Amino acid sequence: MNIKIYSTPTCPYCKLAKQYFSSKGLSYEDLDVSQDKNALSEMVKLSGQMGVPTIVIDGKIVVGFDKAKIEELLKV
Amino acid sequence: MKVYDLIILGAGPAGITAAVYAARKKMDFLVLSNDVGGQTAWSGDIENYTGYQFITGPELTLKFEEHMKTFSAPLNIPEGVNDIKKENDLIKVTTNKSEYISKTAIIATGKRPRMLDVPGEKEFKNKGVSYCATCDAPIFKGKNVAVIGGGNSALDAALQLTKICPKIYMINITQQLTGDHIMIENVNKSGNVEILNNSKMKEIAGDNFVKRIVIEKENETRALDVEGVFIEIGLIPNSEFDKITEHNKYGEIVVDCHNATSISAIFAAGDVTTVPEKQIIIACGEGSKAALSAFRYLSTHKWG
Repeated sequence: MNIKIYSTPTCPYCKLAKQYFSSKGLSYEDLDVSQDKNALSEMVKLSGQMGVPTIVIDGKIVVGFDKAKIEELLKV
Repeated sequence: MKVYDLIILGAGPAGITAAVYAARKKMDFLVLSNDVGGQTAWSGDIENYTGYQFITGPELTLKFEEHMKTFSAPLNIPEGVNDIKKENDLIKVTTNKSEYISKTAIIATGKRPRMLDVPGEKEFKNKGVSYCATCDAPIFKGKNVAVIGGGNSALDAALQLTKICPKIYMINITQQLTGDHIMIENVNKSGNVEILNNSKMKEIAGDNFVKRIVIEKENETRALDVEGVFIEIGLIPNSEFDKITEHNKYGEIVVDCHNATSISAIFAAGDVTTVPEKQIIIACGEGSKAALSAFRYLSTHKWG
Protein backbone atom coordinates (compact mmCIF):
# COMPACT_ATOMS: atom_id res chain seq x y z
CA MET A 1 0.00 0.00 0.00
CA ASN A 2 1.33 3.40 -1.02
CA ILE A 3 0.45 6.26 1.33
CA LYS A 4 1.44 9.90 0.85
CA ILE A 5 0.60 12.74 3.22
CA TYR A 6 0.89 16.32 2.02
CA SER A 7 1.21 18.35 5.22
CA THR A 8 2.50 21.46 6.96
CA PRO A 9 4.37 21.32 10.28
CA THR A 10 1.78 23.56 11.97
CA CYS A 11 -1.40 21.75 11.04
CA PRO A 12 -2.84 19.68 13.91
CA TYR A 13 -4.85 17.32 11.73
CA CYS A 14 -1.70 16.50 9.74
CA LYS A 15 -0.12 15.43 13.02
CA LEU A 16 -3.16 13.34 13.93
CA ALA A 17 -3.20 11.72 10.48
CA LYS A 18 0.48 10.76 10.74
CA GLN A 19 -0.04 9.37 14.24
CA TYR A 20 -2.99 7.37 12.98
CA PHE A 21 -0.99 5.68 10.21
CA SER A 22 1.94 5.03 12.56
CA SER A 23 -0.39 3.48 15.13
CA LYS A 24 -1.64 1.09 12.44
CA GLY A 25 1.95 0.17 11.60
CA LEU A 26 1.60 1.68 8.13
CA SER A 27 4.49 3.58 6.62
CA TYR A 28 3.85 6.75 4.63
CA GLU A 29 5.71 9.38 2.69
CA ASP A 30 5.44 12.77 4.40
CA LEU A 31 5.64 15.76 2.06
CA ASP A 32 6.00 19.14 3.78
CA VAL A 33 4.31 21.54 1.35
CA SER A 34 5.51 24.58 3.30
CA GLN A 35 9.09 23.73 2.22
CA ASP A 36 8.68 21.62 -0.91
CA LYS A 37 7.27 23.73 -3.77
CA ASN A 38 7.00 20.77 -6.14
CA ALA A 39 5.03 18.80 -3.59
CA LEU A 40 2.68 21.76 -3.13
CA SER A 41 1.93 22.11 -6.83
CA GLU A 42 1.56 18.31 -7.09
CA MET A 43 -0.97 18.37 -4.23
CA VAL A 44 -2.94 21.24 -5.82
CA LYS A 45 -2.94 19.46 -9.19
CA LEU A 46 -4.05 16.13 -7.72
CA SER A 47 -6.76 17.40 -5.39
CA GLY A 48 -7.80 20.72 -6.95
CA GLN A 49 -7.56 22.43 -3.58
CA MET A 50 -5.02 23.76 -1.06
CA GLY A 51 -6.13 22.32 2.28
CA VAL A 52 -3.86 20.08 4.34
CA PRO A 53 -3.62 17.27 5.11
CA THR A 54 -4.22 15.85 1.67
CA ILE A 55 -3.75 12.11 1.86
CA VAL A 56 -3.24 9.82 -1.13
CA ILE A 57 -3.82 6.10 -0.56
CA ASP A 58 -3.00 4.00 -3.62
CA GLY A 59 -3.93 6.88 -5.91
CA LYS A 60 -7.17 7.71 -4.09
CA ILE A 61 -7.40 11.19 -2.59
CA VAL A 62 -8.70 12.12 0.85
CA VAL A 63 -8.85 15.80 1.78
CA GLY A 64 -8.59 16.40 5.51
CA PHE A 65 -8.21 13.76 8.22
CA ASP A 66 -11.41 11.98 7.21
CA LYS A 67 -11.05 8.85 9.33
CA ALA A 68 -14.13 7.07 7.94
CA LYS A 69 -12.98 7.49 4.35
CA ILE A 70 -9.41 6.49 5.21
CA GLU A 71 -10.58 3.31 6.92
CA GLU A 72 -12.73 2.47 3.93
CA LEU A 73 -9.74 2.85 1.59
CA LEU A 74 -7.44 0.84 3.86
CA LYS A 75 -9.81 -2.13 3.87
CA VAL A 76 -9.84 -2.40 0.07
CA MET B 1 -32.32 2.32 26.65
CA LYS B 2 -29.27 2.84 28.84
CA VAL B 3 -29.43 5.87 31.12
CA TYR B 4 -26.06 7.57 31.61
CA ASP B 5 -25.28 9.65 34.69
CA LEU B 6 -23.80 12.34 32.49
CA ILE B 7 -23.36 13.18 28.82
CA ILE B 8 -20.68 15.71 27.93
CA LEU B 9 -21.11 17.50 24.63
CA GLY B 10 -17.80 18.68 23.20
CA ALA B 11 -14.17 17.65 23.75
CA GLY B 12 -12.32 20.93 23.90
CA PRO B 13 -10.58 22.08 27.10
CA ALA B 14 -13.91 22.36 28.98
CA GLY B 15 -15.34 19.01 27.84
CA ILE B 16 -12.09 17.10 28.39
CA THR B 17 -11.59 18.53 31.87
CA ALA B 18 -15.20 17.68 32.72
CA ALA B 19 -14.49 14.12 31.50
CA VAL B 20 -11.40 13.83 33.72
CA TYR B 21 -13.41 14.94 36.76
CA ALA B 22 -16.36 12.71 35.86
CA ALA B 23 -14.04 9.70 35.51
CA ARG B 24 -12.43 10.41 38.88
CA LYS B 25 -15.90 10.63 40.45
CA LYS B 26 -16.68 7.23 38.86
CA MET B 27 -19.67 8.60 37.02
CA ASP B 28 -21.15 6.55 34.19
CA PHE B 29 -20.67 9.04 31.37
CA LEU B 30 -20.10 9.55 27.67
CA VAL B 31 -18.40 12.29 25.65
CA LEU B 32 -19.80 13.20 22.22
CA SER B 33 -17.83 15.55 19.99
CA ASN B 34 -17.05 16.52 16.42
CA ASP B 35 -13.35 16.73 17.23
CA VAL B 36 -10.79 16.74 20.04
CA GLY B 37 -9.25 19.96 21.28
CA GLY B 38 -11.72 22.35 19.68
CA GLN B 39 -10.18 25.76 19.10
CA THR B 40 -7.07 24.75 21.06
CA ALA B 41 -6.14 22.35 18.25
CA TRP B 42 -5.97 25.34 15.90
CA SER B 43 -4.14 27.68 18.26
CA GLY B 44 -0.60 28.74 17.59
CA ASP B 45 1.75 29.46 20.48
CA ILE B 46 0.31 29.36 24.00
CA GLU B 47 2.27 31.15 26.72
CA ASN B 48 -0.39 31.67 29.38
CA TYR B 49 -1.39 28.16 30.41
CA THR B 50 0.05 27.69 33.90
CA GLY B 51 2.75 25.04 34.12
CA TYR B 52 3.79 25.43 30.50
CA GLN B 53 5.94 28.47 29.80
CA PHE B 54 5.48 27.65 26.16
CA ILE B 55 3.41 25.06 24.33
CA THR B 56 1.68 24.94 20.94
CA GLY B 57 -2.05 24.36 20.52
CA PRO B 58 -1.67 20.91 18.91
CA GLU B 59 0.76 19.82 21.64
CA LEU B 60 -1.52 20.96 24.46
CA THR B 61 -4.41 19.18 22.73
CA LEU B 62 -2.39 15.93 22.72
CA LYS B 63 -1.63 16.40 26.43
CA PHE B 64 -5.35 16.88 27.13
CA GLU B 65 -6.22 13.82 25.09
CA GLU B 66 -3.57 11.67 26.80
CA HIS B 67 -4.82 12.82 30.19
CA MET B 68 -8.39 11.86 29.30
CA LYS B 69 -7.25 8.50 27.91
CA THR B 70 -5.51 7.54 31.16
CA PHE B 71 -9.04 7.32 32.62
CA SER B 72 -10.37 5.42 29.58
CA ALA B 73 -13.03 8.11 29.16
CA PRO B 74 -15.62 6.91 26.64
CA LEU B 75 -15.38 9.28 23.69
CA ASN B 76 -17.43 9.15 20.49
CA ILE B 77 -15.90 11.17 17.63
CA PRO B 78 -16.87 12.45 15.19
CA GLU B 79 -20.42 12.63 16.45
CA GLY B 80 -22.22 15.96 16.31
CA VAL B 81 -25.22 16.78 18.45
CA ASN B 82 -28.40 17.92 16.71
CA ASP B 83 -30.81 18.32 19.60
CA ILE B 84 -31.11 18.27 23.38
CA LYS B 85 -34.44 17.82 25.18
CA LYS B 86 -35.65 17.25 28.69
CA GLU B 87 -38.45 14.71 29.11
CA ASN B 88 -39.73 13.17 32.35
CA ASP B 89 -36.73 14.30 34.36
CA LEU B 90 -34.31 12.75 31.85
CA ILE B 91 -32.21 14.35 29.14
CA LYS B 92 -32.43 13.12 25.57
CA VAL B 93 -29.53 13.92 23.27
CA THR B 94 -29.95 13.34 19.54
CA THR B 95 -26.82 13.21 17.38
CA ASN B 96 -26.21 12.65 13.68
CA LYS B 97 -25.79 8.96 14.52
CA SER B 98 -27.94 7.97 17.47
CA GLU B 99 -29.94 8.91 20.56
CA TYR B 100 -28.80 8.89 24.17
CA ILE B 101 -30.51 9.30 27.54
CA SER B 102 -28.87 10.73 30.65
CA LYS B 103 -29.64 12.18 34.05
CA THR B 104 -27.39 15.22 33.60
CA ALA B 105 -25.59 16.91 30.73
CA ILE B 106 -22.75 19.38 30.23
CA ILE B 107 -22.78 21.48 27.09
CA ALA B 108 -19.19 22.38 26.19
CA THR B 109 -19.44 22.76 22.44
CA GLY B 110 -17.33 25.90 22.18
CA LYS B 111 -17.22 28.39 19.36
CA ARG B 112 -16.42 28.32 15.65
CA PRO B 113 -15.10 30.95 13.23
CA ARG B 114 -17.69 33.38 11.93
CA MET B 115 -18.14 33.36 8.16
CA LEU B 116 -18.12 36.54 6.06
CA ASP B 117 -21.14 35.61 3.98
CA VAL B 118 -19.97 37.16 0.71
CA PRO B 119 -20.09 35.64 -2.80
CA GLY B 120 -17.15 33.33 -3.43
CA GLU B 121 -16.47 32.50 0.22
CA LYS B 122 -17.90 28.97 0.14
CA GLU B 123 -16.73 28.18 -3.38
CA PHE B 124 -13.13 29.07 -2.62
CA LYS B 125 -12.82 27.42 0.80
CA ASN B 126 -9.51 25.52 0.74
CA LYS B 127 -8.92 27.11 -2.67
CA GLY B 128 -7.43 30.26 -1.23
CA VAL B 129 -9.94 30.97 1.54
CA SER B 130 -8.77 29.92 5.01
CA TYR B 131 -10.05 30.29 8.55
CA CYS B 132 -6.79 29.09 10.12
CA ALA B 133 -3.63 31.08 9.50
CA THR B 134 -1.67 28.79 11.82
CA CYS B 135 -2.51 25.79 9.63
CA ASP B 136 -2.46 27.23 6.16
CA ALA B 137 -0.11 30.23 6.18
CA PRO B 138 2.93 28.21 4.98
CA ILE B 139 1.08 27.27 1.78
CA PHE B 140 0.92 30.93 0.77
CA LYS B 141 4.65 31.58 0.88
CA GLY B 142 5.62 34.21 -1.71
CA LYS B 143 2.03 35.16 -2.52
CA ASN B 144 0.03 38.32 -1.91
CA VAL B 145 -2.75 37.74 0.59
CA ALA B 146 -5.54 39.51 2.47
CA VAL B 147 -6.53 39.20 6.13
CA ILE B 148 -10.12 40.10 6.88
CA GLY B 149 -10.75 41.53 10.35
CA GLY B 150 -9.25 44.01 12.78
CA GLY B 151 -9.05 42.25 16.14
CA ASN B 152 -6.29 40.23 17.79
CA SER B 153 -6.85 37.07 15.77
CA ALA B 154 -6.64 39.06 12.52
CA LEU B 155 -3.47 40.78 13.72
CA ASP B 156 -2.01 37.44 14.75
CA ALA B 157 -2.75 36.04 11.29
CA ALA B 158 -1.18 39.09 9.64
CA LEU B 159 1.95 38.77 11.79
CA GLN B 160 2.36 35.10 10.85
CA LEU B 161 2.05 36.07 7.17
CA THR B 162 4.47 39.04 7.27
CA LYS B 163 7.39 36.62 7.44
CA ILE B 164 6.48 34.72 4.28
CA CYS B 165 4.30 36.91 2.04
CA PRO B 166 5.49 39.96 0.07
CA LYS B 167 2.28 41.93 0.62
CA ILE B 168 -0.57 41.61 3.09
CA TYR B 169 -3.76 43.67 2.96
CA MET B 170 -5.73 43.99 6.19
CA ILE B 171 -9.38 44.59 5.39
CA ASN B 172 -11.02 46.11 8.44
CA ILE B 173 -14.64 47.19 8.49
CA THR B 174 -14.31 49.68 11.37
CA GLN B 175 -12.49 53.01 11.62
CA GLN B 176 -9.40 51.54 13.19
CA LEU B 177 -7.95 48.22 14.28
CA THR B 178 -9.35 46.99 17.59
CA GLY B 179 -6.59 44.60 18.71
CA ASP B 180 -3.85 45.10 21.31
CA HIS B 181 -1.51 48.05 20.77
CA ILE B 182 1.61 45.92 20.86
CA MET B 183 0.28 43.75 18.03
CA ILE B 184 -0.79 46.77 15.96
CA GLU B 185 2.70 48.21 16.46
CA ASN B 186 4.31 44.99 15.28
CA VAL B 187 2.09 44.89 12.21
CA ASN B 188 2.96 48.50 11.39
CA LYS B 189 6.67 47.80 11.91
CA SER B 190 6.67 44.85 9.50
CA GLY B 191 6.53 47.17 6.49
CA ASN B 192 4.57 44.84 4.21
CA VAL B 193 1.08 45.18 5.65
CA GLU B 194 -1.33 47.70 4.13
CA ILE B 195 -4.20 48.45 6.49
CA LEU B 196 -7.49 49.37 4.82
CA ASN B 197 -9.93 50.67 7.42
CA ASN B 198 -13.61 51.42 6.79
CA SER B 199 -13.46 48.71 4.15
CA LYS B 200 -16.15 46.18 3.50
CA MET B 201 -15.63 42.87 1.72
CA LYS B 202 -17.91 42.49 -1.29
CA GLU B 203 -16.66 39.43 -3.13
CA ILE B 204 -13.99 36.75 -3.42
CA ALA B 205 -13.26 35.89 -7.05
CA GLY B 206 -11.00 33.72 -9.18
CA ASP B 207 -11.03 30.69 -11.46
CA ASN B 208 -10.05 27.39 -9.86
CA PHE B 209 -8.37 29.32 -7.05
CA VAL B 210 -8.69 32.79 -5.53
CA LYS B 211 -7.30 35.54 -7.75
CA ARG B 212 -8.72 38.71 -6.25
CA ILE B 213 -11.05 40.25 -3.71
CA VAL B 214 -13.41 43.16 -4.19
CA ILE B 215 -13.79 45.66 -1.37
CA GLU B 216 -15.81 48.79 -0.83
CA LYS B 217 -14.13 51.73 0.85
CA GLU B 218 -15.93 55.04 1.26
CA ASN B 219 -18.42 54.22 -1.51
CA GLU B 220 -15.71 53.21 -3.94
CA THR B 221 -15.15 49.63 -5.01
CA ARG B 222 -11.66 48.38 -5.46
CA ALA B 223 -10.25 45.03 -6.59
CA LEU B 224 -7.11 43.70 -4.94
CA ASP B 225 -5.08 40.89 -6.50
CA VAL B 226 -4.51 38.27 -3.84
CA GLU B 227 -4.21 34.49 -3.87
CA GLY B 228 -5.04 33.93 -0.22
CA VAL B 229 -7.85 35.24 1.99
CA PHE B 230 -7.65 34.67 5.74
CA ILE B 231 -10.96 35.32 7.44
CA GLU B 232 -10.57 36.31 11.10
CA ILE B 233 -13.78 38.13 12.04
CA GLY B 234 -14.52 36.56 15.36
CA LEU B 235 -16.32 33.51 16.65
CA ILE B 236 -19.88 32.34 17.15
CA PRO B 237 -21.08 29.86 19.79
CA ASN B 238 -22.02 26.33 18.76
CA SER B 239 -25.35 26.54 20.57
CA GLU B 240 -27.95 26.34 17.76
CA PHE B 241 -28.85 22.73 18.60
CA ASP B 242 -29.88 23.76 22.12
CA LYS B 243 -33.36 25.22 21.93
CA ILE B 244 -34.24 24.86 25.61
CA THR B 245 -31.76 26.76 27.78
CA GLU B 246 -31.58 30.54 27.94
CA HIS B 247 -29.09 32.22 25.58
CA ASN B 248 -27.88 35.83 25.55
CA LYS B 249 -28.09 37.99 22.41
CA TYR B 250 -24.82 36.53 21.10
CA GLY B 251 -26.18 32.99 21.34
CA GLU B 252 -24.06 32.15 24.40
CA ILE B 253 -25.64 29.85 26.98
CA VAL B 254 -26.40 31.75 30.18
CA VAL B 255 -24.75 30.08 33.20
CA ASP B 256 -24.43 30.97 36.88
CA CYS B 257 -21.25 30.58 38.91
CA HIS B 258 -22.03 26.87 39.39
CA ASN B 259 -22.33 26.38 35.61
CA ALA B 260 -26.07 25.76 35.93
CA THR B 261 -28.17 26.76 32.91
CA SER B 262 -31.81 27.83 33.01
CA ILE B 263 -32.80 24.14 32.80
CA SER B 264 -32.04 22.00 35.85
CA ALA B 265 -29.66 19.05 35.29
CA ILE B 266 -28.19 20.74 32.21
CA PHE B 267 -24.88 22.47 32.85
CA ALA B 268 -22.64 24.32 30.43
CA ALA B 269 -18.96 25.26 30.39
CA GLY B 270 -16.33 27.12 28.40
CA ASP B 271 -16.54 29.38 25.36
CA VAL B 272 -20.13 28.42 24.50
CA THR B 273 -21.30 30.09 27.73
CA THR B 274 -21.58 33.63 29.08
CA VAL B 275 -18.46 33.11 31.24
CA PRO B 276 -16.38 36.30 31.12
CA GLU B 277 -13.11 35.86 29.18
CA LYS B 278 -12.62 33.06 26.71
CA GLN B 279 -9.33 31.41 27.60
CA ILE B 280 -8.13 27.80 27.57
CA ILE B 281 -7.35 27.85 31.26
CA ILE B 282 -10.76 29.34 32.07
CA ALA B 283 -12.54 26.73 29.91
CA CYS B 284 -10.68 23.99 31.83
CA GLY B 285 -11.69 25.47 35.17
CA GLU B 286 -15.29 25.82 34.04
CA GLY B 287 -15.31 22.21 32.83
CA SER B 288 -14.18 20.97 36.22
CA LYS B 289 -16.81 23.11 38.00
CA ALA B 290 -19.55 21.84 35.70
CA ALA B 291 -18.59 18.19 36.34
CA LEU B 292 -18.58 18.76 40.11
CA SER B 293 -21.96 20.50 39.86
CA ALA B 294 -23.35 17.57 37.86
CA PHE B 295 -21.95 15.17 40.47
CA ARG B 296 -23.60 17.14 43.27
CA TYR B 297 -26.87 17.22 41.35
CA LEU B 298 -26.74 13.43 40.89
CA SER B 299 -26.13 12.80 44.57
CA THR B 300 -28.91 15.13 45.75
CA HIS B 301 -31.66 14.13 43.32
CA LYS B 302 -33.76 11.00 42.98
CA TRP B 303 -34.97 9.47 39.77
CA GLY B 304 -38.04 7.23 39.78
